[in-house]
Amino acid sequence: MNGIFVYCEMEGTRVADVSIELLSKGRKLANELSCTLSAIAIGHRLEEVAAQVTPYGVEELHLFDDARLYPYTTLPHAAILVKLFQQEQPQICLMGATVIGRDLGPRVSSALTSGLTADCTELLIGDHEDKKAGKIYQNLLYQIRPAFGGNIVATIINPDNRPQMATVREGVMKKETIATPTAPRIITHNVNEYVSTTDFVVEVIDRQVEKAKHNLKNSPIVVAGGYGVGSKEGFDLLFDLAKELHAEVGASRAAVDAGFCDHDRQIGQTGLTVRPKLYIACGISGQIQHVAGMQDAGIIISINNDPNAPINTIADYVIQGTVEDVLPKLIKYYKKNSK
Amino acid sequence: MYFVQLFLGRRKAFLKFAILKNSLKRRTMSLRIIVLAKQVPDTRNVGKDAMNANGTINRAALPAIFNPEDLNALELALRLKDKHPGTTVTILTMGPGRAAEIIREGLYRGADAGYLLTDRAFAGADTLATSYAISMAIRKIGKFDLIVGGRQAIDGDTAQVGPQVAEKLGIPQVTYVEEVIKTEAGKIHLKRRIDGGTEEVLAPFPLLLTVNGSAAPCRPRNARLVQKYKYALGQQEKDALQKEGKSLPYPALLEARPYLNIIEWSVADVQADVVQCGLSGSPTKVKTIENIVFQAKESKTISGSDEEVEALMIELLSNHTIG
Repeated sequence: MNGIFVYCEMEGTRVADVSIELLSKGRKLANELSCTLSAIAIGHRLEEVAAQVTPYGVEELHLFDDARLYPYTTLPHAAILVKLFQQEQPQICLMGATVIGRDLGPRVSSALTSGLTADCTELLIGDHEDKKAGKIYQNLLYQIRPAFGGNIVATIINPDNRPQMATVREGVMKKETIATPTAPRIITHNVNEYVSTTDFVVEVIDRQVEKAKHNLKNSPIVVAGGYGVGSKEGFDLLFDLAKELHAEVGASRAAVDAGFCDHDRQIGQTGLTVRPKLYIACGISGQIQHVAGMQDAGIIISINNDPNAPINTIADYVIQGTVEDVLPKLIKYYKKNSK
Repeated sequence: MYFVQLFLGRRKAFLKFAILKNSLKRRTMSLRIIVLAKQVPDTRNVGKDAMNANGTINRAALPAIFNPEDLNALELALRLKDKHPGTTVTILTMGPGRAAEIIREGLYRGADAGYLLTDRAFAGADTLATSYAISMAIRKIGKFDLIVGGRQAIDGDTAQVGPQVAEKLGIPQVTYVEEVIKTEAGKIHLKRRIDGGTEEVLAPFPLLLTVNGSAAPCRPRNARLVQKYKYALGQQEKDALQKEGKSLPYPALLEARPYLNIIEWSVADVQADVVQCGLSGSPTKVKTIENIVFQAKESKTISGSDEEVEALMIELLSNHTIG
């Protein structure tokens, strides 16, 4: 009772990376709160899930296996979580801030009248004093996220309602196995006790999942451009440099919104989180919402003609100059010195 | 020749039948659509004066705009209206008196009516309290086939209000919608974005959709409709004008054309429970807000000169950061 539940998103028979990352985070929070960590898998052919989640310290695994539950549709998955949470009364529920998590989370939170915070960049346990009501709350989940277009960082709490729900994007938390894992207790539920036939009114008739066009997430070098790059053509220079360095190109939200670069290359709180060895920020001012997605980079080079750009404060090297002036020089001197 | 005539005759008859059948089908396919739209501060163009010295937001420095993805939602609704005559598009927004602007913008593009949900008791609402208020307003509007909103608003980026409204109304939802492929016999065939691809779904009415920014952009204002609706005002806007000592532009016109009076609804008007609205109806609370000051690293500043860029490149190569 009152444990931490992580909704495991299924990619076929495989648990998604983001869910594994959340199990790792959930394990740490459960240790701090001395409570149980439970995983929920809803889909079809879930025999291999237990083996996949065991290394991350899951104590209890709830399985809902039915051919109708994969691929994901909103209503049956929501019905299962709502009923399960009514029975189990978890204090915390975590899910990926993916298309699925962001479709499912709010539906469940509305049915349970519980608070949900989207796209958290950090989760901590802490206390809260409500001075007005003269109440002290212990061991609340601090849900920390940039807000207001990334111009501020807010700590959100849910003092009274349970579960405290949060979504987190892929790559924000780290996968961490535990030292001595033991197999979780498996609870196989009877799906028909949780869903009704009317939950299957939305039919998936076709799915086209493309292979990722790039490997930005795992690239050791990232060349990222911001609004300061100025145009879609300006990004060509970034691609040129990336090609030389065997790097991938990323972009800030401002550059994506301006149409300079594809949305799937967006780095930041509402995009990808990257941890490259080297991050070359070209014409990026460095709003919190962007920095949230790249601050763990090993070395940061900022190329900016504004000496006061916020990103310069976290950069290891600041090159003062325009992108169109500096990038060709980087390419030239890389070619000259690399062989 | 005879055969040709016969063929043509039958073809005509067939065409007539097809048209009749089509018009019958059309009449039955007219939809009642509600578009959820929000007025938001333009967080994408945050200037240096957007933050006050004490770290709070200077809202006055940010222009208020129609939330971008709500415009995609409006376009999706208007396209359905183009396709299915008799369809009505109603804008529903929640906000202060000046949010009546959102309804005018909707009317200028082809919406038929609009409601502004406005009350001090709605202030401080999180997504759950917001969706409760909106769902009560939808119940007041009455019958509908489709509710359409943007995927998320740029001031919060939560994407939660749509699904929560759907849950409160007990109807299915399809999020991240990109395109309506077709409508048929009480169902709608949609294409939506999913992680790493797209998905096609078939969903029955009544239904709630949230529309992705990759959907078709919204049409511009229609000049004729701007003429028709430019004097439309909400009560709070009228009050504000009078407070400033200004007279209403055309009082007689407002009286003669009731559609120029934008309807405002309070908590009581939509029969909402005030405890479930605003701050008291919000399970999430903001504990703290910080203006983050980055932990400054010791950074090395170099000029963009050839010599210094080359020196940096040699350093990065020699310590194997590159290569």
